[in-house]
Amino acid sequence: MTGPLRIGCGAGFSADRLDPAVDLARDGELDALVFECVGERTLAFGHRDRRADPAKGYNSLLETRLRAVWPLTSTSGCRIVTNMGAANPEAAGRAAQAVARNAGLDGQTVAIVLGDDVTDRISPDTPLPHSGCTVGDVDRTLIGANAYIGADAILPALQTDASLIIGGRLADPSMFLALLRHRFGWSADDWVRLGAGILTGHLMECGAQITGGYFADPGHKDVPDLAFVGYPIAEVTSDGSVSITKLPQAGGMVTMATVKEQLLYEVHDPARYLTPDVTADFSAVQVIGQGQDRVGLSGASGTVRPDRLKVTVAFDGGLLAEGEISYAGRGAVDRARLAAEITETRMRRVHGVTEDLRCDLIGVRSLHAHTDHGSEGADTDVRLRVAGRFGDRERAEAVLWEVESLLCAGPAGGGGFRGRITPSIVTHDAFLPRADVPTRVEVLRT
Amino acid sequence: MTRIVLLRDIAHARAGDKGDTSNISLWVNDPADFETVRHQITAEAVKRHFGSQVHGTVTRHEVPHLHGLNFVLTSALDGGVNGSLNLDGHGKSWSFILLGMPVELD
Repeated sequence: MTGPLRIGCGAGFSADRLDPAVDLARDGELDALVFECVGERTLAFGHRDRRADPAKGYNSLLETRLRAVWPLTSTSGCRIVTNMGAANPEAAGRAAQAVARNAGLDGQTVAIVLGDDVTDRISPDTPLPHSGCTVGDVDRTLIGANAYIGADAILPALQTDASLIIGGRLADPSMFLALLRHRFGWSADDWVRLGAGILTGHLMECGAQITGGYFADPGHKDVPDLAFVGYPIAEVTSDGSVSITKLPQAGGMVTMATVKEQLLYEVHDPARYLTPDVTADFSAVQVIGQGQDRVGLSGASGTVRPDRLKVTVAFDGGLLAEGEISYAGRGAVDRARLAAEITETRMRRVHGVTEDLRCDLIGVRSLHAHTDHGSEGADTDVRLRVAGRFGDRERAEAVLWEVESLLCAGPAGGGGFRGRITPSIVTHDAFLPRADVPTRVEVLRT
Repeated sequence: MTRIVLLRDIAHARAGDKGDTSNISLWVNDPADFETVRHQITAEAVKRHFGSQVHGTVTRHEVPHLHGLNFVLTSALDGGVNGSLNLDGHGKSWSFILLGMPVELD
């Protein structure tokens, strides 16, 4: 009988905090620590970075995280599994090797999981079924394409002696599932257990979102010591049942409510959650309180995995231009509205812009402006935000110019102009047969 | 005697995004309120409440044994995080649009 596997999650997205991961590495008594750091945007920007510099394209916090965590995990026998390789896992592996050398970590093995980058398999004829068109129809510059690869791709890396397993578009929950398959020997068609393993991965992959992050609503849902929210630990047994907990001294909390919210996070039909490994079924999951900051889940299931792998195809999305200016005191809202009208009129008539423009009155009506009952509230401190997306820098700069020019030529009392232009991307989903996405593992030693 | 409360007073919710689709899970705090919420917070009611923010459909999945409902809103994010001009392109705050819906309690 194999004992439970204890896995921590040290990051739930690319820019996640560092100190909670260090706490887990030092005090978590973990078998493995997972860093989930890839999203569609981060991957696309990684491709762009890699094009500018072939040694880049992986997570910019990779070295920082490894320097802080690896010396702790390498002595405790805890393995690190991460997709921080993003658009350049090979370069990430070499960077990790350099971190190990500089930190005096001798005898470490880095296993790099390769094969998710399918950019060269995308052609103008590649269908984009969710968008109802082909790649050629998109009429934008292709940046890169990555397949979501699953536990099958990661298992060979776990079968080496690697203390660090690093890949690119490793599907978020599959990193956890691979660890469970490796420990418990679950077969690739044991759909019920694979579904249970995916449940663990799904609950864990967003880090603090299950321990009190993305949850607090003062007076309604209070969370203790949220500034030092602890990141989660999963204890999984060979039948796939899991208990979610955290370090006792860490902030945050693990309750039925935090767990249930994460159970359906980014899930559509709870009975059909598609992953590269299994079509997971969370519809009959039982959630059971197991005492302070400990919640158990069982009853996850699954059915046969999808035939094809999902591929994110990223294209150049032009430049997002945002200009902001503030109005305060009596009549602030009216002055901000007037400023918005002036800017929109001049963008159309002076700069010939036909693209969508969005004018938000921050503090009065912004995020929920398109619902018919958006927040109408305070009216004496308002920030106007004008945003547009353009293919060329000249018109993007015109947004900033027009908003800034309101300082002298707009309504009374406008101040605090800020403007920014952010390169943006557009993504579409494609699907490739598994046979078209061969994966392999490369091993580096320190 | 019936009284009107907001969903936020009796339930909690979390929003997530995949492309231009938003999903919002809704969980009642007291299981005794679940049938009332299930009866009143229908897919149609949610679609009306979101107004012109949702250009597609609203589908509701039920998880009755956990006293939860999951709403899937298509074409609800102005094209999704990479195309939206909304400051909140992920629709992370959409949960609080839902929690602003009124519920009539007995």
